[in-house]
Amino acid sequence: MAETCKTCELFDAGHRACGGCGAALAARLVTKAAGTNTIVVSSTGCMEVFSTPYPETAWKVPWIHSLFENAAAVASGIEASLKKQGRKEKIVIMAGDGATFDIGMISISGAFERGHDFTYICYDNEAYMNTGIQRSGATPYDASTTTSPAGSQSFGNKRPKKDMPAILAAHGAPYVATASIAYPADLMQKVEKAINTPGPCYVQVHAPCCTGWGFEGEQTIAIAKLAIETGLWPNFEMVDGRITKVKKVVRKPVTEYLKTQKRFRHLFKPKQQDTEIAAIQAIADRNAEKYSLDIKLPPKKE
Amino acid sequence: MMEITEGSHAVAEAVRLCRPQVVSAYPITPQTHIVEALADFVANGKLDAEYITVENELSALSACVGASAAGSRTYSATTSQGLMLMAEVVFNAAGMRMPIVMSIANRAMGAPLSIWNDMQDSIALRDAGWLHFYAEDNQEATDLHFLAYKVAEDPSVQLPALVCFDGFILSHTYEPVDVLSQEQVDTYLPKYAPAERLDANDPISFGMYATPEYYLEFRYEMNEAQKKAKAAIAKYGKEFGTLFGRDYSSLIETYRLDDAETAIIAMGSVCGTVKDAIDEMREAGKKVGLLRIRVFRPFPIEEIATALATVKRIAILDKNVSLGSRGGATAIEVRDAMYGSTIPVKGYILGLGGRDIRKKDIKEIVALCEKGEGDQFIGLRKEVL
Amino acid sequence: MALAVGCRFRPGKSRDNKTGSWRVFKPIFDHEKCSKCSMCQTLCPEGCILEDADGFFDPDYAYCKGCGICAAECPKEAIAMKQEEK
Repeated sequence: MAETCKTCELFDAGHRACGGCGAALAARLVTKAAGTNTIVVSSTGCMEVFSTPYPETAWKVPWIHSLFENAAAVASGIEASLKKQGRKEKIVIMAGDGATFDIGMISISGAFERGHDFTYICYDNEAYMNTGIQRSGATPYDASTTTSPAGSQSFGNKRPKKDMPAILAAHGAPYVATASIAYPADLMQKVEKAINTPGPCYVQVHAPCCTGWGFEGEQTIAIAKLAIETGLWPNFEMVDGRITKVKKVVRKPVTEYLKTQKRFRHLFKPKQQDTEIAAIQAIADRNAEKYSLDIKLPPKKE
Repeated sequence: MMEITEGSHAVAEAVRLCRPQVVSAYPITPQTHIVEALADFVANGKLDAEYITVENELSALSACVGASAAGSRTYSATTSQGLMLMAEVVFNAAGMRMPIVMSIANRAMGAPLSIWNDMQDSIALRDAGWLHFYAEDNQEATDLHFLAYKVAEDPSVQLPALVCFDGFILSHTYEPVDVLSQEQVDTYLPKYAPAERLDANDPISFGMYATPEYYLEFRYEMNEAQKKAKAAIAKYGKEFGTLFGRDYSSLIETYRLDDAETAIIAMGSVCGTVKDAIDEMREAGKKVGLLRIRVFRPFPIEEIATALATVKRIAILDKNVSLGSRGGATAIEVRDAMYGSTIPVKGYILGLGGRDIRKKDIKEIVALCEKGEGDQFIGLRKEVL
Repeated sequence: MALAVGCRFRPGKSRDNKTGSWRVFKPIFDHEKCSKCSMCQTLCPEGCILEDADGFFDPDYAYCKGCGICAAECPKEAIAMKQEEK
């Protein structure tokens, strides 16, 4: 059993994340849920860079970073080593969406297929943030990034988010979940569950990025909540490939979420792009149907 | 115990005797017999290791990095295309100072695709910071693994090591090999006990990033570790000789070089052919000798300069070519070691992609060298060009 | 301090980096309004909001970047962001 340490700060202050950083909060909450008997494996990315400029490290648990694409493979080796040594530390991978959805696909697929016992946390800020906001497989439809910029010929990113939870559930992952820094208790519960479930488990954590998405740092939690309330970020759990728990919402229209961020500004200025907004609403509606997100309100009394 | 055994099997047995806790490798010709033999050992209780059947070479070496950091002795093997696919990790493992040992059954680089032997693969990564050992025969291919682990794990070194032997020519050939017993290896190679590892009792952050204020110094330290490896090789190579009768303290081997007028420099299995050719040339009155490089990194700069001080000419064989330069890596680095000397140095590219090297090719090279001709490809099939 | 082999280090030195110097706005905590829910402590990305002996909360201004999340999320509006005077 993992020993959580709800009062421990295992991710130290003095790190160099932007003020209001969602990923930094995710690192704090995940390490709290994981506790001291944890080895963290990070891929290259914002979190790795803002937390470990030699000789300053914010990690108070054993931690290793190798390369961008290989955290799952490094974790596989650690797991094998601990097994041989008879040691009981839990392994938690912390990787961004770029490292997870794109460049790390091969090593993740291999590690999940082999069934290693670790927990893979993807902190999803929906782009390659550390290198300056470039598009990843997790970038939502119509988001403007530096490699999918909005312009006179483009509305931004042309593709919807890759469904990583489904892909890893298809690998036979016994526990897969999405979570958000907006709901820290839920996030920590899911991380704890993943750590205590033998086998390769996956938790995708929504971590809004004020710098990359274009909003004031104080809004990070509010925007994370709106993502869930509009149906664009479904918050759910899957056990052995079946959806078992979903956060239901009274859905707000997607415009409430989109209008808060500069990366979607081109959908409103210089003129409102109703077709594009409708397409994004359709994505939210499909999520609502697939995951049963909608709270069924009782019919209004006359 | 003396056995007639396939090179791959002798290497697998040597690795088994080193007691790695984690083996992580991806199959690629001509290394496959090694990883198959190791899997067989694990399946039959002869090797107590976790065997990770990774999905590609990049993950193979990455898993070794993780296992090594967690405190295990680890092993991998690859060649050619696989080595290049994991090239990023090769640099990373050295920079993270993980004492991984990896066998390379040397094979040509594509394109064009070739499964046959030359040394381009390991040579191409000689800058990465690994120790490089090159075996002449299967006995050396076997013994060098014990030496490699001991040197790599020495606290003054802490660098990963490649043990290279010619693909097919050595890996798939049966030769008599004295395979040590487990008791013998245990007296030579202690348990791996790193001073620092991933450990909840003593949290350390591995693989931090280095700003310009620090990076230069980290690379300097790695270079210093390469230098210290020379002393470690001398010490542990000598110890091996004392215990088992085969001394590996020298980075080079010389054959009939003392009074030689022409010195041939070469690495690997071709040296067996070279020695035979030298014997025949000596019969005919030519004073030819061989300087065989057994350790390419750290490069035996002083040792080579000293050994070649009195020869009249130097002929360097390379089973690799640095395309666009004057020749192969051995020639380039030996020429650098001989800088300041007036002894003429010529390089010869041969044996690429498994092209056979015969005694008459060696004699042709010596004749060319005597005429002052060189820095060329040997054995070109003009009719094909 | 000798260079660590392999660019690795033990924790502690991140605390040398006083990120409080980044601040433009400073959170001021009003204990009169505070309900001790601890959301501010939970949501601070720096983990620099500390509980005192009475169960109230205050930021460690050496590290507080002034991001304003605590003020935005406090259910009692007990935290106000004031422009820092330099």
